[in-house]
Amino acid sequence: MRMWIENALVVNPGGSGGRLDVCIEEGHISRMVPHGSENPQDAVCRETSVRIDAEGLVLVPGIVDMHVHLREPGHEYKETIESGCRAAAAGGVSAICPMPNTRPVNDNAQVTSFVLQRAKEANGVEVYPVGAISKGLKGIELAEMADMQQAGIVAVTDDGRPVSNSLMMRRAMEYACSLGLLVISHCEDLDLAAGGCMNEGPVATRLGLSGIPNAAETVMVLRDIALAELTGARVHIAHVSTRESVQAIREAKARGVAITCETAPHYFTLSEDAVEAYDTHAKMNPPLRSRADVEAVRMGLSDRTIDVIATDHAPHSSVEKDVEFDKAAFGIIGLETLVPLSLKLVSDGVLGWNDLVEKWSIHPARLIGIDRGLREGAPATLTLIDPNREWVLDPSALQSKSRNTPFAFWNLCGKAVLTMVGGRTVFSERNLS
Amino acid sequence: MPFLPKDILDIDSLTPEQITYILDTAVGMKEISQRPVKKVPTLRGKTVILYFYEPSTRTRTSFDIAAKRLSADSISLTGGSSSAVKGETLYDTAKNLEAMHPDVLVLRHSSSGAPYIMAKAMRCPVVNAGDGTHAHPTQALLDMMSVRENKGRIEGLKIAIIGDILHSRVARSDCIGFTRLGARVTVCGPSTMIPKGIESLGVDVTTRMEEALTDADVVMMLRIQKERQSGFFFPSEREYAALYGLNARKLALAKPDAIVMHPGPINRGLEIAPDVADGNRSILLEQVTNGVAVRMAILFLLATGGKGSGGVQHADVD
Repeated sequence: MRMWIENALVVNPGGSGGRLDVCIEEGHISRMVPHGSENPQDAVCRETSVRIDAEGLVLVPGIVDMHVHLREPGHEYKETIESGCRAAAAGGVSAICPMPNTRPVNDNAQVTSFVLQRAKEANGVEVYPVGAISKGLKGIELAEMADMQQAGIVAVTDDGRPVSNSLMMRRAMEYACSLGLLVISHCEDLDLAAGGCMNEGPVATRLGLSGIPNAAETVMVLRDIALAELTGARVHIAHVSTRESVQAIREAKARGVAITCETAPHYFTLSEDAVEAYDTHAKMNPPLRSRADVEAVRMGLSDRTIDVIATDHAPHSSVEKDVEFDKAAFGIIGLETLVPLSLKLVSDGVLGWNDLVEKWSIHPARLIGIDRGLREGAPATLTLIDPNREWVLDPSALQSKSRNTPFAFWNLCGKAVLTMVGGRTVFSERNLS
Repeated sequence: MPFLPKDILDIDSLTPEQITYILDTAVGMKEISQRPVKKVPTLRGKTVILYFYEPSTRTRTSFDIAAKRLSADSISLTGGSSSAVKGETLYDTAKNLEAMHPDVLVLRHSSSGAPYIMAKAMRCPVVNAGDGTHAHPTQALLDMMSVRENKGRIEGLKIAIIGDILHSRVARSDCIGFTRLGARVTVCGPSTMIPKGIESLGVDVTTRMEEALTDADVVMMLRIQKERQSGFFFPSEREYAALYGLNARKLALAKPDAIVMHPGPINRGLEIAPDVADGNRSILLEQVTNGVAVRMAILFLLATGGKGSGGVQHADVD
């Protein structure tokens, strides 16, 4: 089947954009031509294709969410690889990087292969697993990174169980560097953060909840910048949430350190005020920070200190969330709210469309070593977005198996209407036949 | 007369008028405890469940006596005997207790915010008897009652709250309650035990005890938990007592008629010298007596739908 996407506004950093018609054949983009082209060949092609009228829609290279938790193997009641892939597709995301904190941990090639096998069976979006830095995420022995790389991992991290031992982190970076693997660091000083369940400050004091200071993140960001300089490894800081971290990374980049970072939509959308009334759907790690931090994260996005927007999609069931705040699990789902929350940055003037697409697709793709970008001959991996669609988030309508979102019943603007991976439609709102 | 909210979960959600109303009602209740027969039939046929997930002797006894003096049937559930040890969630416990049709539920819990889960799940009024490091509204009310009784007013008084502010739900509720009624509150303790952003409650902060004590009308000492020493909060009990313990010499900085309070239980010789605790400025035991009166008032007002009229003090409780 040949498909002709007509009159979309193509946002395609580093390639051709504007009002284009895009033809998709055999999984690839066969033509990208200005809309209304008089070329007879184009006319024939258009007439003999399934046509999608994309007027008013924006076409972007497939979104890559390099930080998700899929819970399989081990916690399939929260999310499976299949349901996570469906949530991604519905959210307009074409590729996801599941973190290794499953049970068993993805710290060996067998688990990596299992994840990829399941992803293949799901036949949804692309799945690029991230392996563990240390066996069992225990921070004691290095995991077999090269073996996992052979099996298909694209980066290593101990994510939520960060490597506390600085020598071990140094060795991990050196070893990963020799393999060309990206090291993703969840920056948290576990002693400083111990027992904390929300941002330290007036709100935590009023609610009587123990706080996690900004410094718990920042000291580790500074450590990992120093180690990146020492080792020359490619280091990527996960979910930046504090103004001090943004500033530290900004300065490191100015010095030429090979460091990149991401933030998640909740860190540029919500502040600690969302915890008011003990809403466990506002509990995540790092915690929602002060309004000044939210502003700094937005500034960091705007001035390109922050390279990537990733969701840290962390499904939990009501068993983990409908409990006392201090006993509740950290984390929220994010795949299906990524697009509207990010688009708010465009309508607020924080980012232009091109900047946004770089942070959604181009930068994360480059970091994990995959191809993104729309051009003739490239795989048709793309997302069609209606930027003006107004909708209300109904948690029961989510594709994810979990419902732990602080954005329930929010009025959102902007939605993916078509997600395509290598020419396969993995999500569509429209009848394409 | 201003009606009360369905639940008493914190001091924040009470207006000055509602606080005064509870205190006025408590004054009437106090008289009952001084009678030869300390029981009135007001809450006959009402069931009060005291669910103490976290251990407490004083507060539970106080609520229990309050309920019994009003003729309510009170049932105590404690952490060890409750289904919490069998893994039941707080929500499920709430729904199960709800099914037994209690008229008031009193909850003590180690997690801040737990009473909100309970209150949301239950139709009957819920009283927070202390949750984590968040709030202890009945303690704040009995403190306010005791100050008002001794000073005749709260507005304009200087109140010093000294000790482990960080881990104290009493301090938080007292800060909110006393400032709401127009007092000036200063909190004082080592920096390690002053929670970040406490100024947002409208209080002054100092680490110098002398500054907090100077010209104070009320000196409220907080219990220091000895195990905090291992959390790097202070180097030794000796040094803590030297810097933040209340003795007669330091108390002389306060106003000549200043009163000394403590929510108990006290560590004699640590945060408070024995001669001060037992001295004529100390109203520690009046606080305990008023605790029963305040809890009687709250049980009465909530179990009767908060519709106790101005006649509460006399007619209704006889």
